[in-house]
Amino acid sequence: MDAIVPADPYADSYLDGNALAGPLSELFAVDVTAAVSRCAHCGSTGPVALLRVYPRGPGLTARCPDCSGVVLRLVRGPDTAWLDMRGAVRLAVPLAD
Amino acid sequence: MARAAVSGRLGARLRWQAATLVERREETASAQTLVFDVPGWAGHLAGQHVDVRLTAEDGYSTQRSYSLASAQDADRLELTVQRVPDGEVSPYLIEGLAVGDRIEIRGPVGGWFVWRPEQREPVLLVAGGSGLVPLMAMIRAREAEGSRAPFRLLYSLREPADRLYAPDLERGSAGLDVTYVYTRSAPQGATRPPGRLAPADLVQWGWPPDFEPTVYVCGPTGFVEAAAVQLVAQGHDPGRIRTERFGPSGG
Ligand SMILES: Cc1cc2nc3c(=O)[nH]c(=O)nc-3n(C[C@H](O)[C@H](O)[C@H](O)COP(=O)(O)OP(=O)(O)OC[C@H]3O[C@@H](n4cnc5c(N)ncnc54)[C@H](O)[C@@H]3O)c2cc1C
Ligand SMILES: [Zn+2]
Repeated sequence: MDAIVPADPYADSYLDGNALAGPLSELFAVDVTAAVSRCAHCGSTGPVALLRVYPRGPGLTARCPDCSGVVLRLVRGPDTAWLDMRGAVRLAVPLAD
Repeated sequence: MARAAVSGRLGARLRWQAATLVERREETASAQTLVFDVPGWAGHLAGQHVDVRLTAEDGYSTQRSYSLASAQDADRLELTVQRVPDGEVSPYLIEGLAVGDRIEIRGPVGGWFVWRPEQREPVLLVAGGSGLVPLMAMIRAREAEGSRAPFRLLYSLREPADRLYAPDLERGSAGLDVTYVYTRSAPQGATRPPGRLAPADLVQWGWPPDFEPTVYVCGPTGFVEAAAVQLVAQGHDPGRIRTERFGPSGG
C-alpha cells in the first residue's frame, strides 16, 4: 500500500491537464497536453493531460499526480500571459502529423 | 476527414471565434443540446472540447470548457450543457441565450482524451452524469466511420429521467453494449439495485484487463477518481486509462 496521505481539502476541485489545452493553445502552435513532461520534484514522467489542474486560484496551477509538486503555472493578464515552468525539467512534444 | 482537419490546425495558434446559436434541443429537464454555427469550423476529433467565453457589457468575462457532443459536421458544432444550480455559466447557456445570439469559442482543443477511428482495440466508456457528452461523441464517431471496434458503455446516473441521448442509446448500434448504473432510483424491473458504481459493475459490464481495452472515464472529479482507482486495482494498465474530470459539480 501507498503511504497514508493527509486528506486533501481540494480533492474534488481539480481537473485533468486536458483542461489546459485551450489556454496553452494561445501560446503554442502544437497541442501541449499530448506532450510528455518530466517533474522537477520527483522525476516522474507523463503526458501533460494527466497533470492535476487547479483552476480556482489566480490563473491555472498544474500539479504532478505523483508528488503534488507544481509543474506548471499559467497566469493570463489582459495582454500578457505568464508561464512558469520551473517544475518541469523538460517537455517532449510529439510532432508526428 | 477528422485527421486532416486537425493536422491542418497545427502551426496556427487558436483564436476566439464567434459562434451563433442556431438550435436548442431539450435532453432532460436540466440539460440541453445547443447547436452553434461556426463559419469555417474545421471539424474535430471525438472527445475534444471547446472553451466558451462570455463577456458582459461592462467587459467582465468568464470562460468554461464544454465537450463536443456530435461526430464531425462541417460548420456546426453541438454542445450539451447540464445546468449546475447556482452556476455562473451553465444556467445562462440554457436560459439566457436565444437563437441568433453569439458567444465566443476557442477550439477544438485537447489531443489526449480522444478516440480515433483507426483504433481497433475494445473500448470501455465509463460516464458519470454529463460526463457522457464526449463519450457519446466517440459512440457517434464510431458509427459515422463504420468502425467495428467493440464498445461498452457504463453510464452512471441518478434516475431514469436524467438520461441524456436516450433515443440514440436505445436505438443502439451493433457492437455497442450499454449498461445503466442508477445511483438513486432504477426503473421498474431493473435487476441491479440503485447504488454508486461499484467494482463489481466494472467487472461485470466492462472488459477484462487482458483484452487490453482503452478506457475513457468522464464525469465529476470525485466519480472519475473513484472509477480510475478501481480500474487500476482490477489490473487495467494506467497507461490505457484516459480521464476527463469536469470539476466538483460538473455532472
Ligand atoms: C474539459 C471539460 C469539459 C467539460 N464538458 C462539459 C460538458 O460537455 N457539459 C457540461 O455540462 N459541463 C462540462 N464541463 C463542466 C463545465 O465546464 C462547467 O464547470 C459547468 O458547466 C459548471 O459551470 P457553471 O459556471 O455553471 O458553474 P460555476 O459557477 O463554475 O460553479 C459550479 C458549482 O460549483 C461550486 N463551486 C465553485 N467553486 C468551487 C470549489 N472551489 N469547490 C467546490 N465547489 C465549487 C459552485 O458553488 C457551484 O455550485 C466540462 C469541464 C471540463 C474541464
Ligand atoms: Zn512529481
